[in-house]
Amino acid sequence: SVNPDLASERQTASFSVEKLTVWLDGGEEHTQKRRAVVEAIERDPVFSRENQYFQSQNERYEAAVRKAVHLQKKMHEMGWTESGPEFKYIYRAVSGDIAFLLHRIFIRSISVLGSDKQIAKWIPLATQHKLIGSYAQTELGHGTYLQGLETTAVFDITTQEFILNTPKISAMKWWPGDMGRSATHTVVFAQLYINGKCYGVHPFIVQIRSLRDHSLCPGITAGDIGPKMNFENVDNGYLMLQNVRVPRENMLNKFCEVQPDGTYVRQGSQKINYFTMTTVRISLISDEVIIPLMKACTIAIRYSVVRRQSKLKPGEQEAKILDYQTQQEKLLPQLATAYAFHFINDYLQELFNRVYREIRKKNFNTLPELHAFSSGFKAMVTQYSTSAVQICLQACGGHGYSSLSGLPSLYTRIIASCIYEGENTILLLQTARFLIKCFRAASAGQPVPPSVTYLAAVKPGKCPAKNKLEFLSPNIYTEAYQHMAARLVSSTAAKLQDLIQSGVKKHDAWNQCTVQLAQAAKAHCHYITVKNFAETVEKLKTEAGIQKIMKHLCDLFALHGIFSNAGVFLHDGYVSGAQMDMITASYLDLLAVIRKDAVPLVDAFDFTDKSLNSALGSYDGQVYQRLYEWAQKSPSNKQMSPAYERYLKPLLHNTQSKL
Amino acid sequence: AAMMVMNADLRRERAAATFQPELLTHILDGGAERTRRRKEIEALVINDPDFQHEDLNFLSRSQRYEQAIRKSSLMVMKLREHGIADPDEIYWFKSFIHRGRPEPLDLHLGMFLPTLLTQATPEQQDRFFMPAWNLEIIGTYAQTEMGHGTHLRGLETTATYDPATQEFILNSPTVTSIKWWPGGLGKTSNHAIVLAQLYTQGQCKGLHAFIVPIRQLGTHEPLPGITVGDIGPKFGYDEMDNGYLKMDNFRIPRENMLMKYAQVEPDGTYVKPLSDKLTYGTMVFIRSLIVGDSARSLSRACTIAIRYSAVRHQSELKPGEPEPQILDYQTQQYKLFPLLATAYAFHFVGAYIKNTYHRISGDINEGDLSELPELHALTAGLKAFTSWTANAGIEECRMACGGHGYSRCSGIPDIYVTFTPSCTYEGENTVMMLQTARFLVKSYTQVSSGQQVTGMVSYLNDLSGQRIQPQHVAARAVTVRLNDPISLVEAYKARAARLVEAAAKNLQAELNHRKSKEDAWNRTSVDLVRASEAHCHYVVVKLFTAKLSEISNAAVRAVLTELCLLYALYGISKNTGDFLQAGILTDAQITQVNHHVKELLAAIRPNAVALVDSFDFHDVHLGSVLGRYDGNVYENMFEWAKKSPLNKTEVHESFHKHLKPMQAKL
Repeated sequence: SVNPDLASERQTASFSVEKLTVWLDGGEEHTQKRRAVVEAIERDPVFSRENQYFQSQNERYEAAVRKAVHLQKKMHEMGWTESGPEFKYIYRAVSGDIAFLLHRIFIRSISVLGSDKQIAKWIPLATQHKLIGSYAQTELGHGTYLQGLETTAVFDITTQEFILNTPKISAMKWWPGDMGRSATHTVVFAQLYINGKCYGVHPFIVQIRSLRDHSLCPGITAGDIGPKMNFENVDNGYLMLQNVRVPRENMLNKFCEVQPDGTYVRQGSQKINYFTMTTVRISLISDEVIIPLMKACTIAIRYSVVRRQSKLKPGEQEAKILDYQTQQEKLLPQLATAYAFHFINDYLQELFNRVYREIRKKNFNTLPELHAFSSGFKAMVTQYSTSAVQICLQACGGHGYSSLSGLPSLYTRIIASCIYEGENTILLLQTARFLIKCFRAASAGQPVPPSVTYLAAVKPGKCPAKNKLEFLSPNIYTEAYQHMAARLVSSTAAKLQDLIQSGVKKHDAWNQCTVQLAQAAKAHCHYITVKNFAETVEKLKTEAGIQKIMKHLCDLFALHGIFSNAGVFLHDGYVSGAQMDMITASYLDLLAVIRKDAVPLVDAFDFTDKSLNSALGSYDGQVYQRLYEWAQKSPSNKQMSPAYERYLKPLLHNTQSKL
Repeated sequence: AAMMVMNADLRRERAAATFQPELLTHILDGGAERTRRRKEIEALVINDPDFQHEDLNFLSRSQRYEQAIRKSSLMVMKLREHGIADPDEIYWFKSFIHRGRPEPLDLHLGMFLPTLLTQATPEQQDRFFMPAWNLEIIGTYAQTEMGHGTHLRGLETTATYDPATQEFILNSPTVTSIKWWPGGLGKTSNHAIVLAQLYTQGQCKGLHAFIVPIRQLGTHEPLPGITVGDIGPKFGYDEMDNGYLKMDNFRIPRENMLMKYAQVEPDGTYVKPLSDKLTYGTMVFIRSLIVGDSARSLSRACTIAIRYSAVRHQSELKPGEPEPQILDYQTQQYKLFPLLATAYAFHFVGAYIKNTYHRISGDINEGDLSELPELHALTAGLKAFTSWTANAGIEECRMACGGHGYSRCSGIPDIYVTFTPSCTYEGENTVMMLQTARFLVKSYTQVSSGQQVTGMVSYLNDLSGQRIQPQHVAARAVTVRLNDPISLVEAYKARAARLVEAAAKNLQAELNHRKSKEDAWNRTSVDLVRASEAHCHYVVVKLFTAKLSEISNAAVRAVLTELCLLYALYGISKNTGDFLQAGILTDAQITQVNHHVKELLAAIRPNAVALVDSFDFHDVHLGSVLGRYDGNVYENMFEWAKKSPLNKTEVHESFHKHLKPMQAKL
């Protein structure tokens, strides 16, 4: 039975939860498909995550391999294919707790970087799992800065082979997933040398383990890099190469080729390399960031209406902790953020599709915008979501720290996204470079992409709102964000210019402005997120029931951002001190409004109990009972710890003589 | 074996420092003699083969618990062997042995024994103290329940007095009343001090403490009527058997209620304690420890991140030149140096609170409780303020180490999971901030009604009628000198005053809407938390600034002054809204603040490594491959990884179990 405290929350919903779910999924058909996939996976005991919190790294890895192997069978049974509509829901259904994630990147990199001949040779082997692939880019000494990679691939004309080497310890490949234990092959990124000349980083297919007995190939040293904060399902690995020879045909050569006589030929645009990175950055936002954030919100908000603590009114029952303003102020902005990011993900997908259509027509003009935006949004979304999940964890009091709440593993997993696929600070600076360039172009009257034309339109002004209600107008706050972002970009551009004019070298000037540049890039992304949210709400006219609550969330997201970054809005007087008080008042009022729909708003994310895997967040709200039952399953309660016989018993019994 | 050569970058960094790190270490330790003694105790542990073991990152939870129990048992014996009895020295010894991690006897040593000392009658001490001292009794302190934590009055466990048998009957009447979380309860302890609602003569007399045996001496099996176990895996705390305890009509003799203060007489008559303020004392003490712990945990994370940032080279700053140390990037300095400054600030705050506590405990023993409310309010707020900041700071340090920070070999994940629960235990932080706010509002109300207040809140005295006009505050703007810590203290003071006043006025406005007191309080609580934060922030800046004048060595004072300025200015740059809105600083000054922050980053850069060396963490204690004193990071990461459990065999068993069959089928 459902806990009455949770049931009552659902009775007062101001909108239809099912309608919102369908809308979030993008239509009835998608919702049905998603639910069917989730059900099929969850019904199958091989995919169970029931004991996950009690397993060692070794057990988690083994389970992940078992699931990955079983998934092949399952897909065949169900008639799901990699290109089918079900595929994107599989990852959500298994909660990412599966091996061979890098195998797919291996396939993708060959498809994108390989010639037709290479694709014909390798892709069938990979899709049939005759080999298991990985993708070896990052080294001990270098990550996001790819030009710094130190692995070498020297072309030997006499044998028509490349000789791969790890010349020093920092050149060892480090972190690639699936490489520690599983992979038989990997794409190694190495500095290409022909006749003593370096041609930069290129990809090579290298076999690392025997296809017969899985033992390491000659010249290969490989293994697991040891325990991490999470991702126990993945065997992140290391790889050292000593005079490992691969045939000339193993360099992926769609864009660059080494001919038999050692001639280096470049063909096509290198920019397309950006495109692969961009694809990965955008796809991780939804799978690895927004879904965990939505799960964390679901757990924390449901728990906050079940948990009662202290009294709000003397003589009454203890209050639900979600009725405390401080608790609302922790959780509801995170909920609004989850929605805001769901919509910005749609925005990025659209941008991506548009650019992709252009690229297929060999037009690369829109690529820089996509690249800059995917970098900046990846950084902002991962950073805000990470801190949001942490807030959710700490908002659950002590029980949030129990693994059984599900929150620690959501947190330790999502935080990795701030680093992988490009370290966030570096990504923000890439966005900043694009913004500064556009600002200068726009100021000089040159054309810039429509999303950044606002940069040139910055002028001193004042926010026109006269009372707190006017701050609930999307025009008012969107403009405040626009003004703020434009100011930060233009003032940083001016500062850069000043430094250069005063004789500071360009790169030094850049480094001296990087703190401001990163802030400006984030401000731009924040502005676009607010604007996009407001536009999304605007388009919802046909869905009146949902529009109202979405409007509240949009207002909350926007005002929370101003409240938490008051200084940048006050700085040039665009928002006055008195207006800031109005914003704060409006913001706090909204908390009480959204509070009423908080549970329906997380129910709409439509996570099953199995997928949440949380004693605190289940749909029925039987929190304490479940916590108690789950704790019984802990190995620490099933087996007598050897510690008692070995240490405790002697301590308790013979102490007198020893002390 | 040959010593590994120190990494050239770190050698250069150390040679370029403008001050002697040892001198700063002495200041942090509270004197050269204390540094000497600390290192002596450290050596006792490090040179003792009994305390060496495999890297804990490679052990299962059960193995980690076992190691911890093994070391704790030895620790108790060796403490006595070495004659270590001073509380600080015990703390050092314990902390080196367990490398800063919790251990299963923490609650026995830190709560069970002290509670016996302070709340047991002489007869009870005779019965329990020596057996507990000799570890025949291992106890824990069972307060938190599944359904209630910080809100103690809500606890549901009952202890009903039965005059017929002169016993208390203990019960866990609901699922939510099951004791949940107490450390050492799951597997280690055979006794617990249980907090329960006392019922006698049909009346509830509130929470009282009872000594409850839970496991059979000899077999260690749970006693009939007792259900006890481990609460399962957590975010860290692998060494600790946090437990649950359910009691069904479990009877204990009347003499097992701790009766130094309150008493139940044989016929069931209840005798009230004299004062309930005394229990404040323990809370203040433990919360003050958390302030110190915030400083230490953040210092460890900073040590790792800053050393690693001096060793790691990446990308290019200048075209054509070798890759620079990542510590040369402004963004990296901006991430790490304010945290370094914060670690120092919190260290001095921790020392201040500890000293104040000892001074005031003297007064308390002589019956003077006048300073207790302020100290209680201050420690509650500072506990929350410092633990929140350190918690976020440790994560920033980890992320500043890029991907390798995420590996457990960096040591930072362990520091984080060990530290982060302190935001919740010993008083949930938001609740703590609201307790401080209650004191601030009370002080504000006193001032408004014409009374003077003293101590850290005395700045509220300035808020008399005409002086709080915005024009007046604005007039102060130009007087703030951004390169003078004393002037910045004034700016923080003005901000705190403004936010306390705003919260108090908003509270009054809510009350005027004829809301109930509780409702009004709840509807103002976001403002109230902000006011408390601003107050605490002011206290930290003030105490850091005050410390500078005590430092005699000019070189050390110079570098600490830079850190103090950075701490204060960075705090302004992160909260510009407050300073602008209150008219304490102008737009132009804010721009100046941001500029000064960057200048300070560059000024501190040459001393960054020496400043973390001064924390003087031994490599064993630091437990980090990235933060090694010698900087030989990459070689040792490889050595570390080779020991990973997944590498035990070259071909993992899952190949034979899953991969091979699949490949055969396809």
